[in-house]
Amino acid sequence: MGMTITEKILAAHAGKDVVRPGEIHMVKVDVNLANELSAALAIDEFKKIEGASRIKDPKTAVFVPDHFTPNKDITTAKLVQRVREFALDQEAIWFEIGRAGIEHCVLPQNGLVGPGDLIIGGDSHTTTYGALGAFATGVGSTDVAVAWAIGETWLKVPPTIKFVYKGAVRPWVVGKDVILFTIGKITVDGATYKAMEFHGEALATMPFASRFSMANMSIEAGAKNGIFHVDELTREFLAGVHKEGYTEYQSDPDADYDDVIEIDVSDIEPQVAYPSLPGNAHPISEAPKVRVDQVVIGTCTNGWIEDMRQAADVLRGQKVAMGLRCIIVPGSQIVYKQALKEGLIDVFAEADCIVSTSTCGPCIGGHMGVLGDDEVCVSTTNRNFVGRMGARSAQIYLANPAVAAASAVAGELTGPESIVGSRAPVPIDREPVAA
Amino acid sequence: MSRVWKLHANVNTDEIIPGRYNVTTDRSQLGRYCLCEVRPDFPENVKPGDIIVAESNFGCGSSREHAPVALQAAGIKAVIAPTFARIFYRNAINVGLPLLICPEAVEAAGDGDDAEVDIESGSIRVRQQTYQAAPVPPFVQRIAEAGGILEFIRRYGWEGI
Repeated sequence: MGMTITEKILAAHAGKDVVRPGEIHMVKVDVNLANELSAALAIDEFKKIEGASRIKDPKTAVFVPDHFTPNKDITTAKLVQRVREFALDQEAIWFEIGRAGIEHCVLPQNGLVGPGDLIIGGDSHTTTYGALGAFATGVGSTDVAVAWAIGETWLKVPPTIKFVYKGAVRPWVVGKDVILFTIGKITVDGATYKAMEFHGEALATMPFASRFSMANMSIEAGAKNGIFHVDELTREFLAGVHKEGYTEYQSDPDADYDDVIEIDVSDIEPQVAYPSLPGNAHPISEAPKVRVDQVVIGTCTNGWIEDMRQAADVLRGQKVAMGLRCIIVPGSQIVYKQALKEGLIDVFAEADCIVSTSTCGPCIGGHMGVLGDDEVCVSTTNRNFVGRMGARSAQIYLANPAVAAASAVAGELTGPESIVGSRAPVPIDREPVAA
Repeated sequence: MSRVWKLHANVNTDEIIPGRYNVTTDRSQLGRYCLCEVRPDFPENVKPGDIIVAESNFGCGSSREHAPVALQAAGIKAVIAPTFARIFYRNAINVGLPLLICPEAVEAAGDGDDAEVDIESGSIRVRQQTYQAAPVPPFVQRIAEAGGILEFIRRYGWEGI
């Protein structure tokens, strides 16, 4: 019997020829990520490990302060200070704000993760790197600390669910809609402990960033990891970030799958996940026209340049509705600079949006746009849990950047066609050619 | 005797300890805000040795280890649920918070009930009935017996893994 791509990467990192679901193996960790929250707790745990004073391989340890940065108060400033001192003392990879951004955009864009890698991270959305054909999963701080000490971690080999996406996506539909639809179908614990392996002709009809959004949100179905195979689009992305020397793995034709789920994406409209679960997905045409107080576009799920282009396509020449705040959060400094170059920041500013520094802030109800009592938010982030973005009574609707942008203009939950009419969206997978 | 705190399905880590309180690693601070929004009566009234009994997929969401640490710091002896989210389960093992998988006990137990829980045997007594939790995989059991991964490594060394 053959192996899946996930099993092959785990086998290679366990020094085995074959691994099977359910087995527990010690595996070598290529990249070990921590943000300031997970790192702070990991540092405490690391200091309790006997005989561990130095990170075994500091070039595998990556630190990105992004949740409460630029620091919102003295407490978070002290927290980041402690993590910064540790990372620099350990000669690990430290991304200071200004040249960084949100961890899950920063690592791929700096060529730190690639096909065949095994990545763990003290953040559940570490699954994002599966977009590049890597095994990537979120862990807690103690696991991060143990892997600092020994360069390895223990992992149970997950069974894999294969998703085959057929057809071509409709106008305005991107990976965000496909993954919301998928989570809606299998529910928020439909892939718990399992790998989600994404296939199908439809993937080529979406911009590359869609894969990051989909792998990012595989955790919202409970998955251990989400993974794509490498193709020409992946290689193009990797060449763009100067990533070399990687190994492309492929699932065998006779690999064993826990389940195979086929989805025809030509049936999928832009989706909206109603409060308060990411699996509560519905087509935009059926969504209630609720009044909206705040819109957030960006973060680690939809903070890629393609997402900025999609939002700008709707916001160009428009104004945000009176009484509504529209906060744009580019995923990284690299995205921000590209958006500047393409004139997208002008579009946002002219539309009366706020362009924020790259931070997780609003997504976790931390800073830069915390919701008050009973407020309604349309957000391109990944979680609409009760209290996630602020007050417990606030309501969060998850959507793609076009729906979020349209809702910002309309002042109520709505799709892009209600703002721009029936014209086709501009292509977002390429930098526009200067006129 | 342990007091039962009964919770709903899909309790996520933001509910266990909201993100904005994760700016510290001080256990007593984390304990103080544990479940503060889902059950405002919890932080004030929880007693050492109390248990959480929750519906499926307990601990979904973020990978923050602050969640099991906050429950521990609040005095919670064990969490009983039909299923747990993966990262939370792993973190709980690593920090030594006992988790028991037992759908029957979850169905039987109500909020405020008294229960007797024997962590080692997995036996749960509530409303005059005794229920048996699913056996824990041997690898996990060994870490649990040591009280967490760090204590496990201290006792048995890296080879022990």
